[in-house]
Amino acid sequence: MISGIFHSTYEKDMALRRTHAQKIRLVLIVIFILVFPFLANRYYLTLANQVGIAVIGAIGLNILVGYTGQISLGQGGFMAVGAYTAGILTARMGMPWWASTIVACFATALVGTVFGIPSLRLKGLYLAIATLAAQEIILWAVKNWDALTGGVDALVVPNPELFGIRMNTDFNFYWLVWILVVIVTIASVNLFRTHFGRAFIAIRDQDIAASVMGVDLFKYKLLAFAVSSFLVGLAGALTAHYRSIVTWERFTVDVSVTYLAMIIIGGLGSITGSYLGATFMTLLPVVLTNLGRAVKTSFPVIDSIIPFVQQGMFGLVIILFLILEPEGLNKIWKNIKDYFRLWPFSY
Amino acid sequence: MDLFIQLTLTGLTNGAILALAALGFVLIYKSSDVINFAQGEFLLVGAYVIFGMVAQFGLHWTLGMFLTVIVAVALGVMVERLVLRPMIGEPIISVIMVTIGLSSLLKAIVFTIWGNLPKAFPSFIPSEPVKILGATIGEDRLWAIVIAIAMLGLFNFFFRRSKEGIAMRAVADDQQAALSMGISVKKIFAWAWSIAAATAAIGGALLANIVGVSGDVAHFGLRVFPVVILGGLDSVPGAIIGGIIIGLLEQYTGGYIGQGLNQVLPFVVLIFILMVRPYGLFGQEIIERV
Repeated sequence: MISGIFHSTYEKDMALRRTHAQKIRLVLIVIFILVFPFLANRYYLTLANQVGIAVIGAIGLNILVGYTGQISLGQGGFMAVGAYTAGILTARMGMPWWASTIVACFATALVGTVFGIPSLRLKGLYLAIATLAAQEIILWAVKNWDALTGGVDALVVPNPELFGIRMNTDFNFYWLVWILVVIVTIASVNLFRTHFGRAFIAIRDQDIAASVMGVDLFKYKLLAFAVSSFLVGLAGALTAHYRSIVTWERFTVDVSVTYLAMIIIGGLGSITGSYLGATFMTLLPVVLTNLGRAVKTSFPVIDSIIPFVQQGMFGLVIILFLILEPEGLNKIWKNIKDYFRLWPFSY
Repeated sequence: MDLFIQLTLTGLTNGAILALAALGFVLIYKSSDVINFAQGEFLLVGAYVIFGMVAQFGLHWTLGMFLTVIVAVALGVMVERLVLRPMIGEPIISVIMVTIGLSSLLKAIVFTIWGNLPKAFPSFIPSEPVKILGATIGEDRLWAIVIAIAMLGLFNFFFRRSKEGIAMRAVADDQQAALSMGISVKKIFAWAWSIAAATAAIGGALLANIVGVSGDVAHFGLRVFPVVILGGLDSVPGAIIGGIIIGLLEQYTGGYIGQGLNQVLPFVVLIFILMVRPYGLFGQEIIERV
């Protein structure tokens, strides 16, 4: 019977996985990721790919919002930058997909940094509005810069190819997405063990104190925007390669809101939370659609209002989480673990 | 010159409606420090409710307008009580997100009842073209200006003369001092939300008459942000002047420069204002900087 987790060495305290249970869970998750594509049918693979891309985007946004405390409503716009950069370089200039993805990541990081400059003077509400404006400006540029983006028409992107294998099936693409998810996860978990990550957290907790202790706010806030946008750009580029088609409708302000909802429902400032939130928000509309189809025969009226039920549930879930469990799914998960660890003497 | 007058008149109408929406926005921010991302959906609710009253139930538009305002007030009180009250003291991002969630929920409810296809709305306010100084403009647009000015005048009177209005200004000024003077801050928050919902609903009803009833009405609400930032987040006159400036700016760029530039210009202005003068034209200079 243990009452908590206590460490007696620094090595143990710095370790990413501290307990046996965590190590076993990690192994189980890795096994699940490896086995899943062989068991699942095409439909579930599609969902798995969408979840993977959402996880990358959510981790990116969480680094900025959850860890550094800079509110951003520009996620959709930044994803559009990534998707269009990757799409244009591959489709028009014949660049290989991996090269265009890397360029897209850096291009998005650059754009994100530029729109992050107002964050040096603005906080909270004002920053939210500034990034909302960034979203509107980027999307407007995408729609109106016909020569570059093709305007409101869809941009067709050829399927990526790796070692001579065309990534045109969900099965092949699964490996690409989830390998990247694993890399991004390892990188971002480790980011918060470096002085960069600690500076981000210090800025979130109390920016003036951080500044007094020698954290250069100018540098680290912009760096947070850059790192976050880099990952968001990766998610955008993957969307372009996965869908083979890029349209502006996929990057509206609703996307920004959905990603914010992911990290809030999952848990701000938590990588596990990003996973849980991304999975939850990607699967919620799917589950609702299937539920609607299931009861369609008995309630025919359901069919026409499914999209609105989805939208309403989306809003309701956000409101309920914020009122009932502001720390999100991650906290619920922790509570469950605590309950069983301390059972039968839980308090 | 005709084009100029035409654009000015159209800009003034849009600006007047924007000002109505922005007024509610500023009111909520001033009294409770909440940014209401659902302001556009309040417009939407107003537009659809008056559509239901006038086009579906066949009521006279004055009565319809009156009932719409009552529905909006009830909605505002309910939102404040159920959604915003538990959020007092929570971090800013939670408060922002809860109003975003609210906007999604309101939109879904409206579309579930009425569907999301644009509705043909027999204009309830006469809309015959009128010639003024050589420019032609729909009579309904002129009515929109008149109603908006009347509303703004009414609110000015409310804030200066009525007991509730003065209490509201006191709460906006200093919550603790207001509490110690025996003002119920909770009641004032409910007042702020219901007034915001009511002004937005009136704006939505006017908008519905001019551009028709559809989901686009909610998108109009997004343009409230440039208005309030330009005017100053906590300034009522700022909301009105900001609304008119943005309305005119959109029309002039649309008319003289074109190419859809009018859609993005307000947001460019927004970023610019935030960079040089974050508290806007008339706002209080207490923005926090690091």
